[in-house]
Parts: sequence; structure tokens; C-alpha cells
Amino acid sequence: MTTASSADHPTRRDFLFVATGAAAAVGGAAALWPFISQMNPDASTIAAGAPIEVDLSPVAEGQDIKVFWRGKPIYISHRTKKQIDEARAVPVASLPDPQSDEARVKSGHDQWLVVIGICTHLGCIPIAHEGNYDGFFCPCHGSQYDSSGRIRQGPAPANLAVPPYTFVSDTKIQIG
Amino acid sequence: MSGPSDYQPSNPALQWIERRLPIMGLVHSSFVVYPTPRNLNYWWTFGAILSFMLGMQILTGVILAMHYTPHADLAFKSVELLVRDVNYGWLLRNMHACGASMFFFAVYVHMLRGLYYGSYKEPREVLWILGVIIYLLMMATGFMGYVLPWGQMSFWGATVITNLFSAIPYVGESIVTLLWGGYSVGNPTLNRFFSLHYLLPFLIAGVVVLHVWALHVAGQNNPDGVEPKTEKDTVPFTPHATIKDGFGVACFLLLYAWFIFYMPNYLGDADNYIPANPGVTPPHIVPEWYYLPFYAILRSIPNKLAGVIGMFSAIIILCFLPWLDSARTRSSKYRPLAKQFFWIFVAVCILLGYLGAQPPEGIYVIAGRVLTVCYFAYFLIVLPLLSRIEKPRPVPNSISEAILAKSGKAVASIAVALVAAGALFLGSLQDARAEEGGTKPPGNSWSFAGPFGKYDRGALQRGLKVYKEVCSNCHGLSLIAFRNLGDPGGPGYSTAQVAAFASDYKIKDGPNDQGEMFERPGRAADYFPSPFPNEQAARAANGGAAPPDLSLITKARSYGRGFPMFLIDFFSQYQEQGPDYVAAVLQGFEDKVPEGVTIPEGSYYNKYFPGHAIKMPKPLSDGQVTFDDGSPTTVAQYAKDVTTFLMWTAEPHMEARKRLGFQVFIFLIIFAFLMYFTKKKVWADSH
Repeated sequence: MTTASSADHPTRRDFLFVATGAAAAVGGAAALWPFISQMNPDASTIAAGAPIEVDLSPVAEGQDIKVFWRGKPIYISHRTKKQIDEARAVPVASLPDPQSDEARVKSGHDQWLVVIGICTHLGCIPIAHEGNYDGFFCPCHGSQYDSSGRIRQGPAPANLAVPPYTFVSDTKIQIG
Repeated sequence: MSGPSDYQPSNPALQWIERRLPIMGLVHSSFVVYPTPRNLNYWWTFGAILSFMLGMQILTGVILAMHYTPHADLAFKSVELLVRDVNYGWLLRNMHACGASMFFFAVYVHMLRGLYYGSYKEPREVLWILGVIIYLLMMATGFMGYVLPWGQMSFWGATVITNLFSAIPYVGESIVTLLWGGYSVGNPTLNRFFSLHYLLPFLIAGVVVLHVWALHVAGQNNPDGVEPKTEKDTVPFTPHATIKDGFGVACFLLLYAWFIFYMPNYLGDADNYIPANPGVTPPHIVPEWYYLPFYAILRSIPNKLAGVIGMFSAIIILCFLPWLDSARTRSSKYRPLAKQFFWIFVAVCILLGYLGAQPPEGIYVIAGRVLTVCYFAYFLIVLPLLSRIEKPRPVPNSISEAILAKSGKAVASIAVALVAAGALFLGSLQDARAEEGGTKPPGNSWSFAGPFGKYDRGALQRGLKVYKEVCSNCHGLSLIAFRNLGDPGGPGYSTAQVAAFASDYKIKDGPNDQGEMFERPGRAADYFPSPFPNEQAARAANGGAAPPDLSLITKARSYGRGFPMFLIDFFSQYQEQGPDYVAAVLQGFEDKVPEGVTIPEGSYYNKYFPGHAIKMPKPLSDGQVTFDDGSPTTVAQYAKDVTTFLMWTAEPHMEARKRLGFQVFIFLIIFAFLMYFTKKKVWADSH
């Protein structure tokens, strides 16, 4: 290129080159967007992720069920009095991820624990009613959760997540 | 790619790499300092355009493969759903489908440029043959890609083309069975075509590397056909060729975008919006436009084996071109006779393409035979003869001398000729959908026509009502979910209205915990239920003719526009053959059958239906559906509204497509101007 200009004296040629380069850069970046955006969930996946309703009436005390919402397993546990007491007896400050049991359930429905059954370590599915804390045990790397789904032991950094849900009636919840 | 480079990066880290892998030196010597002849015209930018298109096809193709399902039962639907549901899925599909046509258009220009300027002559024979190999690979890739949507043309195209191999004596049938992986075209065929369609573009990319390598060893040919002798004859590749190629690509993008955003189905076939049906062959099997000349040669030869040999020879003969044409003068610019015969040859190819789209009968067959002879005569008689008898005009001593004597009028006339020829070629496909005794549907003024067309919300809502109360008794709408009724660019219902609409329907779901299927009220995510559980039930309930699903009906029906309308359509963006036809059929029922037409028992007379005998009784009558908005309750109004609604079901993202198209065009026009002026500045010192 034979551009004979300096920064002090921008020429029309410089302006043209910068404008063309900028247009190419903007156009290229804009054209990239559809190629990235297409990776996001498509409309049917989003529609299929709509809230679901779960009937709790068949779940007896001490039992738990697993339902799927957005492809994730959701554990719904009908906790016993003992499980609730254990979860509430432990000092919150001593936990790796401090959270009270009351904050993890809906008040008035304390017997129902609803958690996403995905280990916060690396995404395996913990087994219910296993481990030392009357809660969940993850077979992949040995993480143990208590009867409130809180991490107590092992490599997982956080408690089992609580999905968004509401009680539609005493025996029916809507997840999502 | 022309030997060791003395390039030395200044950065020590880059120096470290360069000593171990001289990749920057390779790029520097091949694409920066590489000497390119000063007199190249714009026909030479098609090499860069082709590289761009190959990259584009691979990029969009890899992405489409993320959303596509290569299974005979699911392929058609997965293509339609990726267009509807994936973010920008419609754009990516249009880019890929139109991109194939643009790729072939560019490769034909590139090949004809080589032919005209003698780019295949010594020392560029290997370069040329590599090009022919790329072209063959492109044809195979394009063919297999066309099969993947698994529509009627996909299926029957696959059947016809694979059957070509059955012409081989003794082993033909075994080879065809091998290709199919079965006893007919089916799921195994689709699976392997998908795999190969993914593989071949990378082979093409590999051969392109060899092609560019060979090009950089021999150096580029140029319009005057004299080798560069001194430094004055060449300019460095960067910035001169780079910016000129960039401008060429920008202009080409305008054409490409015209198809993507405004004419996505202009080059396609309506029949491919009908799912593959192994029991019914479409009345006219026509390949994509870029195969038509060879298809015409195939059909012109009345013997099966000879036809197949003729068709393949028409391509393979290109490999022998460097030896068939032994004239010492390269460029046709200095060969008065060769120049004329070149244009006759171009006309022969275009006419063959036109004939390939016509039904094989009468005058078309004879014309096809004459032109087939002309095609081969050009290579086997004209070129060898011309090299011996022609007296070329004196060739300039050097490129710089040629530039001094340059005149631009030849280029302009070639450009005009090629644009006209291209348009004729592209449009010839439309003619293939010939009339079959139907009257041409009258045109309508649709709100969704043209570059700024939008759906009329009122018409969409009324059309939905007509569909629900009348059409849905027999016709499904299987690609439409209730949630779509609330999508932007659609009938414009709110989420609550959609939920209420959906809950009116009973949807089969299950199995439940007891393992039983059950019915529940519809949800937004559910699809419109079909009126019959399967095709056999639909057939049995409707006198033997299954009512087609209406989701795509306005794109799956069309009619021939004829010459010269299809040319005008390209510029006027007329795309409404389907809606015009559907609206006409709905209003085309007549009680009085005209004389000379016999309608079988159980059929009805329809003025616009091909063959006039339709199994569907007159579906609409005045006053049948009530409208809340005071629109007239007439058949004409119903037909128009329901057709608008069905256009939306076929093309739900049309408004987004046209809106984005406008933005893209504004940008591309500005960008092309900027590139043009930048190119002028860069070249200012070189002319």
C-alpha cells in the first residue's frame, strides 16, 4: 500500500479505508449472530419446558418420587417427622453451604422437599435415602446431602437446587 | 504455495514459530506478495467468490446438521421444524439451499471464463483437471444434499439418478442395490447420503487446496493470455487482488441475498414440499437447474446405456480440453472464430438447460438431439479444427502493452449476455411445471406479496376460524402448534387466548402410570391434532383420496408461469403461485360440467384443479362461517382468508425474513459502494 499520510494529517483515503474496514467488521459481527443464536434452545424445546403440575396425594410419608421437568429429574420427598427434625437440628453456620431448612421448603408444607436431583459437583444423579444424613448420596464422587438436600460431605460445593414451584392446592404443586 | 519464502516476522514469538512451521511465510508468499497479473478483469473474482461460497455452504451445512434428523420418517418434518423453531433456522436453511444454486452459478461462470480465455492450456492442464474434479464432486454433493429434505423431488430424484447406474451391463443392478442399501430408495439410502453429503465438501476443500497450489505454481492466466514478463506486468496480491475480490464478493452477496430473503423458493420445486411418497411419482421429474443441460443430453439419446455414457462423457470430455484445443493463442480475445464459437457453445448449453426442463416429447426431443450433437461437436470437431485453420490476431508483447490498448466494451457486452442467459436458465425450471388441462388461476392482491409484504392479522384470524370450522374436518395442520398462534408475525393472539384455544382440543397423551393412553385438554405446546389417525383411515373416509395436510399446501402447489413471466417474476418478486392456486381451487367448483369433460362418479368438477376432477366436494358456501368483525360471509372472502392463513402456516417467519432482508440490502449496498471506492483508491497507482 502506498499510503503516504501520518496520524496528524488524516487523508480522505485513510477515512475511506477505515470506513470500509469498519463496515466489514460490523457486517461480519452481525452475520455471526444467527450462527451463534441457533445454538440456543429452539421454540419447541422452550414450549416443552412449560410448567408441569404434579399430584402429591399418592406419595405416602417416607416415600419420594422423581418427576422430570425440562429434562431434569426433580425429587419430591414426603419427609418423616424424624427427617424434618434432623434437618432443623443442625446448626446452620456449620454447613458448607449455610441455608436453613425453612428456607428450602414452603411454609405450611414443611413435609415436602422438592429439589433438583442433580449433584452440584459434576451433574450425576444422587440416590435418595442413602448416605449418612438420611438424604441423598451421589455415587459418582461420594457427595452426601441431608434430608433437606444440603451438602454435608464430599466434593460438591453447594446444596441441591430448589426448582421454582408453588402449591396449587394442598396436594398439588406446579413446578416451573 | 510457491516454494520457500524469505518472509521474516518481526515479533520474536512469531519468529520462533516460523522457524519450526513456516505457515506465515506460506500465507505471505501465496496471498500477500504473490504477483498477480495487472490486467485481470472481474471474471477473475469468481475464484474468490467460489471459495467464499464453499466456506458458506460448509458453515451453514454443519449448523443445519445439528438440527436435522436423517431418518426416512423424520427427515421431512425435521427440516420443516428447524425452519420454524430454531432461532434463524429459516435463514440458515435459505442460505444453504440458495447457496447451492449460487455456488453452481459461480462455478459455471468460472468454468466459462477458463474456456474463453484458454486457462486450461499449457502449463495449466493439471489446474484445469483439478477444477473438473471439483465440479464432479460438487455435482455429487449437490445431488445428495437435495435428497436430504426427503420431499417428493428428493425421493424421485434419488431414484432416477441412482438408476442411471443400472445401465451398466451385467453388474448394474447389483451396483444400484449397493448404492441403495436395500431393494429401493429408503432409509439406508438417506442415511448414507447424509453421511456422504457431510464428507464430500471437505474433499472439495482438499482438492481446492491442490487447485490453488497448482494455480500458484503456474501463475494466473489473464485476459490477454500472455505470461507476465516483468515486474510492471504484475501487482502484489494484497491489497490489489484482495480488495478487488472483496468487491466482487460484495456484489455477489447482493444477488445471493436477493434469493435468500425475497425469492427463497424461486429455484426450488413445489413438489419438494410434499413428503416423499414411494407410491406416487410426480408428473414431471426435473433435477435442480444446474444439472439440466446434462439431463437433456441423457434424455436425447434413445438408448439407456448410451444415454448414461453420453451424459457422463459430456462432463469427462472437459478433462481432455487442453489436448483437444491445441491452438497456441490462449485468449479468445485474439481468436475471432473461437470467440464466436464460444458464444454459440454458451447458447447451446443454455438451450440444453431449457430443454432439460421441458417434457420429453415432440419438438423438444428433436431439438435436444441436435443440441447434444452441437455440444460434443464443439469439443471434438470445432476446437481441434480451429486450432489448425484459425488465423489469430496478433497477441500483445506484454501485459503492460495490452493495458495501454485496452477497451472495456467487450466486458460490458459479455456481462449483459451472461445476465440474460443466466436469467433464462434459472427461470427455465418454472416451465417444467407444465399445465395439465387446468386453467391458470387468476392473480390476487395479497397483503403478503412484495418486498414489504405483511400478513393481514384480521385475515389470519378469520382464516383460522374457517380452517377450524370447515377444513379441519378432513385436513390436518400437523406442523402447526397452538403456541404458534401467539408468535410474532402470526395471527397475534395473546398467551391467554392461545391457552384457551388449545384447551378446546382433546389431545391424546400417555402412557400414564397404569400404562394407558388418555385424553387431556390441549396445551400451547401441542400441535393441531389431525382428523384421521393414519393415511389409510383418511383414504377410506374420503372415497380413496387422502385429504392432504394443509401446513405447507401453499408452498407445495404451483403452476407454470411460462415465458417471459418467470423472468419478470425474478425482478417483481412474484412468489404467490401457491396462494393463487389454492384460492382459485376453493372458488373453482361449478355445478355445470362443460361439454367434453367427463367427471367420474364420486368426483366433482373444478375449473382450476389439474384434470378438473377433484374428490373434494365444494367445501365453502356463502354464510357458512360467521365473522365477528363484520367481514362479508362470502365464499370469496372465506377463500381469501383461509389462503392467507395457510400462507402463514407454510411460511410463519415471512415477515421476519422480509424485514431482515431489507436491513441486509441497505447494508450490502453501502458496503459494496465502500468496497468499490476502496478498490479504486488501491488501484489508483496501478492503472
